[in-house]
Amino acid sequence: MTGIEITDVTAVLALGSIALFVLGLKRLAKVRTSRSGNALMAAGMLLAVVITLIEVGRVDYRWIAGGLAVGTAIGIVIVVRARATKMPQIVARFNGFGGAASALVAMSLFWGAVVEPASAATTATVLGGTSAATMVLSVLIGSSTFSGSVLAELKLSGRIDGAPRIPVRAALMGLLLVGGAALGVVGAFAVTDTTLAAGLVVGLLVAAALAGIVLVLPIGGADMPVVISLLNSLSGLAAAATGFALANNLLIMAGTIVGAAGLILTQIMCKAMNRSLVNVMVGGYGGDGGGDADTEYTGVVSGDAEEAAMVLEAAESVVIVPGYGLAVARAQHAAHEVAKALAEQGTRVRFGIHPVAGRMPGHMNVVLAEAEVPYEQLAEMDEINPDLSQTDVVIVVGANDVVNPAASSDPTGPIGGMPIIEVERARRVFVIKRSLSPGYAGIKNELFERDNTVMLFGDAKEVLDSLATELSA
Amino acid sequence: MGPMLVSLYVFVLAGFLGFELIRKVPPTLHTPLMSGANAMSGITIAGALTLVVVAEPRVSVLIGVVALVLATINVVGGFLVTDRMLSTFGGRR
Repeated sequence: MTGIEITDVTAVLALGSIALFVLGLKRLAKVRTSRSGNALMAAGMLLAVVITLIEVGRVDYRWIAGGLAVGTAIGIVIVVRARATKMPQIVARFNGFGGAASALVAMSLFWGAVVEPASAATTATVLGGTSAATMVLSVLIGSSTFSGSVLAELKLSGRIDGAPRIPVRAALMGLLLVGGAALGVVGAFAVTDTTLAAGLVVGLLVAAALAGIVLVLPIGGADMPVVISLLNSLSGLAAAATGFALANNLLIMAGTIVGAAGLILTQIMCKAMNRSLVNVMVGGYGGDGGGDADTEYTGVVSGDAEEAAMVLEAAESVVIVPGYGLAVARAQHAAHEVAKALAEQGTRVRFGIHPVAGRMPGHMNVVLAEAEVPYEQLAEMDEINPDLSQTDVVIVVGANDVVNPAASSDPTGPIGGMPIIEVERARRVFVIKRSLSPGYAGIKNELFERDNTVMLFGDAKEVLDSLATELSA
Repeated sequence: MGPMLVSLYVFVLAGFLGFELIRKVPPTLHTPLMSGANAMSGITIAGALTLVVVAEPRVSVLIGVVALVLATINVVGGFLVTDRMLSTFGGRR
């Protein structure tokens, strides 16, 4: 080696970028330091961009500058325009963009190195076997992540309803994934005609996109947290595969960390529902009950805000259990008002949060934080359950399956064995809900019939608003 | 050890690192963590940058530019939205 090469300098700088990612992620995982952790990760990303610009040297910068400017502007606009309740959709959308970007980087590599020179050799000969194989993998994972995430966003925003069953879905999935991969492998390893190779790789792109749709379409509602975290993991793995294709260790490192983190989160979500990933992915779960004899209720007591307020005024401890319905009704500010009014009269108020309440991991925490509910009032399921038998009043807001006692009373039922927030053990339970309609699992909730339960029918926000008014009157 | 083998080492060790970093995260932080990790997967921006270095609008360059735009949205939007969420979290009494 003669002296220090520019690539040695950038390699050392890349280590700095990785260090920032790792330290950032570590800090992001703790409440007190999370914001600075995110900033460190962003700094790591900026450093990665600078390193890459040094590496490419003096080139034509027009596309680079244009692409960075347009992407930055769109990214800022999307975030500025987003409401706090739309966070799950935004996360899903960015995730899809990440997957698509990885697939397209691999496509661009393939097109530039193989198709355009019309080299009359296979991709594997031109790029090397590992690079060709991981190019195929990157397109496969990235493209299915993109279509899956777009569909997830549409489902989260309610533009696509329900979770239709797809006939012979497993076989169809297998066909698309294996068939798509086969097209890619043949295109990259066996074909010297570059037009044909290009056609086969585009076929892979399309098959993978269809596989993503088949994967996500039959999954809905309460299973969305699992899907979102799985897609998150896949977008990382797509970046790692692109890293292998480009022989870029920075991409491999960062992408793999995201992939592993996403898998952990997916596992946590599955555990919180006592279901396996395969079971969730099979999809079409519950939801088709409707007029079932099982969902008829007897002896349901309903009340109004005035009565509820009287009970609350006498309560010493209150736990509010939010669910997806709270986010839909944008009732988080009203819930905070009720909590404030109760705290002012000296009542101990906490929010009991189920890990899969909402449509993405940690959804309720984000929504309540947006309403400036103090972090100290938010309690996890395991923390709140032992206290519920000494709790005077529980207010369930727009939650159903996560407070359904059938989880333990009917161990073989759809939610049998799922850990729930055991609100039925409190002295009095108010359930704010539009109607008696079943939750995502499509089963009856016997909580609504219990002697200590009073239903407060109505829109979550309106009911909470009138509760707050009554309490501060 | 060839460069591909080094990459394989990087891949496996990064996998372990990812598992260890996330294992004990409080549920409160699940969303910001996912959102931040998602922004990190935009690292593919570094790959996109190396593929759009000529002025000529060939197909490969155009595909690369689309990738660059999407990756940049992912990175900028991802870190911003995470910061926005975290600004309402913790650190405040």
